[in-house]
Amino acid sequence: MTEQAVLTARGLTKRYGRVTALNNCDFDLYPGEILAVIGDNGAGKSTLIKAISGAVHPDEGAIELDGKQVHFKSPIEAREAGIETVYQNLALSPALSIADNMFLGREIRKPGPLGSWFRMLDRPAMEKRARDKLTELGLMTIQNISQAVETLSGGQRQGVAVARAAAFGSKVVIMDEPTAALGVKESRRVLELILDVKKRGLPIVLISHNMPHVFEVADRIHIHRLGRRLCVVDPKQISMSDAVALMTGAKKPPEDALAA
Amino acid sequence: MSQMQEYEKVLSSSDTSVAAFEEHGKSFVKRAQHFLHSTPAAVPLIVLVLSIIIFGIAIGSRFFSSYTLTLILQQIAIVGILGAAQTLVILTAGIDLSIGVIMVISAVIMGNCAITYGMPTLLAVIVGLAAGGACGLLNGLLVAYMKLPPFIVTLGTWNIVMATNFIYSANETIRDADVDAQAPLLHLFALSFRVGSAVLTAGVIAMVLLVLFLWYVLNHTAWGRHVYAVGDDPEAAKLSGIQTKTVLVAVYTLAGLIAAFAAWVSIGRNGSISPSAAVTDYNLQAITATVIGGISLFGGRGSILGTLFGAMIVGVVSMGLNMLGADPQWKVLLTGVLIIGAVAIDQWIRKVSV
Repeated sequence: MTEQAVLTARGLTKRYGRVTALNNCDFDLYPGEILAVIGDNGAGKSTLIKAISGAVHPDEGAIELDGKQVHFKSPIEAREAGIETVYQNLALSPALSIADNMFLGREIRKPGPLGSWFRMLDRPAMEKRARDKLTELGLMTIQNISQAVETLSGGQRQGVAVARAAAFGSKVVIMDEPTAALGVKESRRVLELILDVKKRGLPIVLISHNMPHVFEVADRIHIHRLGRRLCVVDPKQISMSDAVALMTGAKKPPEDALAA
Repeated sequence: MSQMQEYEKVLSSSDTSVAAFEEHGKSFVKRAQHFLHSTPAAVPLIVLVLSIIIFGIAIGSRFFSSYTLTLILQQIAIVGILGAAQTLVILTAGIDLSIGVIMVISAVIMGNCAITYGMPTLLAVIVGLAAGGACGLLNGLLVAYMKLPPFIVTLGTWNIVMATNFIYSANETIRDADVDAQAPLLHLFALSFRVGSAVLTAGVIAMVLLVLFLWYVLNHTAWGRHVYAVGDDPEAAKLSGIQTKTVLVAVYTLAGLIAAFAAWVSIGRNGSISPSAAVTDYNLQAITATVIGGISLFGGRGSILGTLFGAMIVGVVSMGLNMLGADPQWKVLLTGVLIIGAVAIDQWIRKVSV
């Protein structure tokens, strides 16, 4: 990898009281790749992801986006910088419509005085763009774009959350356990969505416990252990059981693993 | 290695079709549930129409007269406006127990400023509105930044504001005649218009316009959508980039401001300004109207139009029972039944996604 990384982190440390969640952790994401992050429960994966998506402020360490140092104070700032996150709980408002959810926090207003004086939302434009995005990602089973998100199936909800991230993410898309709560069929769809997003040139950070899914879509695997990056491995050159052995500490990482 | 490739082979042959979801044949009840789910103001509207029809049949043309029906509107104007304020708060999954007393203290402040201190009446009104807004702001700051439960915060401010009201006013009533003589503007909302036998007061019109305005704001502006999102799932709203704290503070402040506006309307309706009105359970009446109107106490669901219908239902029931010469306690009893019924229906409609 001689390309410049899109997103890098160096020496991230985060402590919650006496608990150390991140311990001098490094992170690299290269253009157009799918980087999987795996690790045991409590290894600090979520904290790492929250730190790079702006939800947590690291105590120490630096994060660079496109070579420029960034200090996100909130997920909103990270979003404005082009980092979109699909959270494990999806961060969708169940009672609001699909279109309202996709544009939550960045609504489109009507042109002219209706929008600037009466602050009126441009529903037709929002619904059209939402529909276009869903179609682009092959989510054709959603018939009514103005139906409430809570009336969707788990897979469809996941699809809406991924579509939202893909629609607005300009630099990085982060997905936290996108297939955790899904059935086989829905997981399949979400994995295809992830590959679709990758095809459109966006690098993706995928956090997952599901080894088969990770090995299927990831280009590189970041193995997280005890609050830091243990090693980075190539899924084509390592078996699933070795990856699990590394992440649980049953096996020591090879010397050159960080170079992968 | 080999294990992984086997796995991939199985996957590639297993499923390539787009996920499809079967439509089950929907029964009438299911369809009704879906309709009510997407049209939250329908239930109170149906109940309102039914109660008008029932009392109309029981009482006859005396009840159906436009005079009686508009009299009901006059009686509910104050509770309707307070209900609108309460709706905003309940939509964020909060509750405001203090708006009733905020209304009373705002009325007392408006009256004292205009009559005792001799301020220009318009300025007195503005001071009163500011006082109401300030009380709401205090609620909002405590809820959003101190992260105290809204029930506790407003239970506290309810008592604080009520006591302040009695201490400040020394429980002295400002008489109707004094208001008329020195500050007729305070009686603005008593202005009435006759259309045939129908009597509409400015207070009624103000209530309807306020509800329509808030309906527009809640449904057609980004801020309104944010109010719903905050009540629905605050964590999701925050992660979606909504400034949840700002929204909460704005909602409570606006509720206080609307309560102060209700104060102005109440001066018009009552004539005099009495600090002892603070013991009236206005806040509970407003919560009743809101709940009967189908606003979910769990937040994020319901239409503010429902609150208007909810207030009207209470008005129709109490007027109808009154005209039938029933014991007033029947009204209280029926209101209780309506509250429980409304919450039960809310729970049932929520299950639509399951």
